[in-house]
Amino acid sequence: MPEIMYREALNQALAEEMERDANVFLMGEEVGKYQGAFKVSQGLLQRFGSARVVDAPISELGFAGLGTGAAMVGLRPVIEMMTFNFAFLAMDQIFNGAAKIRHMSGGQLRVPIVFRGPEGTGGRLSSQHSQVFDSIYSQFPGIKVVAPATPKDAKGLLKSAIRDDNPVIVFEAERLYAVKGEVPEGELLIPIGKAEVKRVGKDVSLITWSRMYYYVEQAAAELEKEGIHAEILDLRSLRPLDEEAILTTAKKTNRVVIVEEGWPHAGMGAQIADLLQHKAFDHLDAPVLRVTGLDVNMSYAANLETLIQPTLPRIVDAVKQVLYRQEK
Amino acid sequence: MASATKKETLLSMYRSMVLVRRFEERAGQQYGLGKIAGFCHLYIGQEAVAVGTIEAIRPDDYVISAYRDHGQALARGADPGMVMAELFGRSTGYSKGKGGSMHLFDIEHHFYGGFAIVGAQIPLATGMAFASRYRNEDRVTVCFFGDAAANQGAFHESLNMASKWKLPVVYICENNRYGMGTDFSRVSAETDISKRACAYAMRGEQVDGMDVLKVYEAVKDCAEYARSGRGPVLLEARTYRYRGHSMADPATYREKSEVESERKNDPIPRLREYIIRTKAATEAELDAIDQEEKKVVDQSIKFADESPEPSEEELWTDTVVEPGEPDVHPRERVLGQQVKWPSYPSGSELNVTWQLEPSDKTEKKVG
Repeated sequence: MPEIMYREALNQALAEEMERDANVFLMGEEVGKYQGAFKVSQGLLQRFGSARVVDAPISELGFAGLGTGAAMVGLRPVIEMMTFNFAFLAMDQIFNGAAKIRHMSGGQLRVPIVFRGPEGTGGRLSSQHSQVFDSIYSQFPGIKVVAPATPKDAKGLLKSAIRDDNPVIVFEAERLYAVKGEVPEGELLIPIGKAEVKRVGKDVSLITWSRMYYYVEQAAAELEKEGIHAEILDLRSLRPLDEEAILTTAKKTNRVVIVEEGWPHAGMGAQIADLLQHKAFDHLDAPVLRVTGLDVNMSYAANLETLIQPTLPRIVDAVKQVLYRQEK
Repeated sequence: MASATKKETLLSMYRSMVLVRRFEERAGQQYGLGKIAGFCHLYIGQEAVAVGTIEAIRPDDYVISAYRDHGQALARGADPGMVMAELFGRSTGYSKGKGGSMHLFDIEHHFYGGFAIVGAQIPLATGMAFASRYRNEDRVTVCFFGDAAANQGAFHESLNMASKWKLPVVYICENNRYGMGTDFSRVSAETDISKRACAYAMRGEQVDGMDVLKVYEAVKDCAEYARSGRGPVLLEARTYRYRGHSMADPATYREKSEVESERKNDPIPRLREYIIRTKAATEAELDAIDQEEKKVVDQSIKFADESPEPSEEELWTDTVVEPGEPDVHPRERVLGQQVKWPSYPSGSELNVTWQLEPSDKTEKKVG
């Protein structure tokens, strides 16, 4: 199987879906002539022309709404947010519009649109460019949210998102674009709402998604050296959530640590912990722990930026705590 | 008044305006009786704008609006009983009672809502027109919004894109002079909204929104212009609402004398006088229309009142589209009537020939 970068996997997904369905078009800042701020859309303008790969003005609200309107009358837009930090400006169209049009019209309209782009720590970008939006976007009924970690999942989930008849948010990550992984050539559809066990273990379940998957893999390798066999569940989709997969792994290992890049307060992990105490209470041998980004704004300084994100020692410590191997 | 409008057009517009006026008066009354709740924004005074516009465009053109939407939906041909039922929150409403007064959608008649965030429908209209260009259709999109929406970023961002890409939109600003309780001139540096078009290198003009024939002719011209590929138009219709912003608003921010003076411009008597003066119809013919539309509205209230509330199962529908789930066709669902529904070419049938920019084969791979 060929090994390609995350950005190339997304590019393949876009090209294949645009080839397959002329109703699909890509719009966003710098997606065309510049070839994409992160090169996800490289080559697409030349291949599909300027009506299907549209360089938008810096008007996030405007083009998010334009895409939503086009979707209301049968097109299948993919709206690229250069980063989701900028999508704050578009939230009215995403949440008040796209997420509610099916409902407000009493089922007369559907809005098959994808909003995609990176979120999370970019690398020395301070507080306005490093945010994680998982829990905010996942709150809204009427939209689906995916956050793939690997190139394979990125391709398969983006293709599924484009074919979905609902608004779908695809959270990528700036620091994942160059990550390489094996991706099957040609058709690859990964269902939205299905998590994947990415490492089988028996002692503890590490539940994560997106870029934190790689941190968790590292932690699992460390723990292995100490004879602790961690299972890793990559959620891949945040709405709908794969409750069955979460409960299955929790009931298997009886101990759960949730690792997320976002803030702890009202974070995505709190929702998962709620699910576990509600539906797997009798199977838990320890309280569910969460390792999250710190409850502060992101700093520019290299040392602070590292410390604000979940770190390897914090993940390893949390695992030891749920296994009661911690001294303190 | 403009001239040379056919008798049937005049009578059609008269009937439509009377329907909207009677419907809104009764909706206000039903609100007072507690049958309608929430926010209810009446269109009384502004009828000429919706009616003149909709008479001037094609049935398959797209129309989208804000929350003061009853008049436009009715003018577009929506079933009055089902509109009233939506206002009553009943299952026989266009959105099964889920949307209410502010969210009327009648897709069969290409009426795309009903949006309750000021100006939010303007980018949507721009996208609908984008889709028409993309598919090389010759339809236009008409987008209604109020004066206050012209101060939103959504307005400016949309006009810029629509003009740059020559999208077939007629943006109709219904300038009724007040954004809720605030006189537009109190918060706006430039009160001639049509002038804002020139910032986006597009056509912009004003029309007397209290004269249905002037609106009709202006929109005909604007729609033809947009349809021919010359780009969007901003048309500011100077109008006035006789009631408050919503039923919750006693409108104490304006003088009674102002309202009285504006009533002299009431678009319905104006059209009536014109029809009589030009002998297009007799008083008796117009009286008959008045009576017929009064009955239609009486019927709409009876229909709404006798309709059930939505079932509890409806809580769990229409949030997410499941695979294979069809769209709901309201008149078919409620009245059992077969309806013609918009359909679009599949992804393999569609051939996109439009280019937003000349293709540049010299681009090199970057990165």
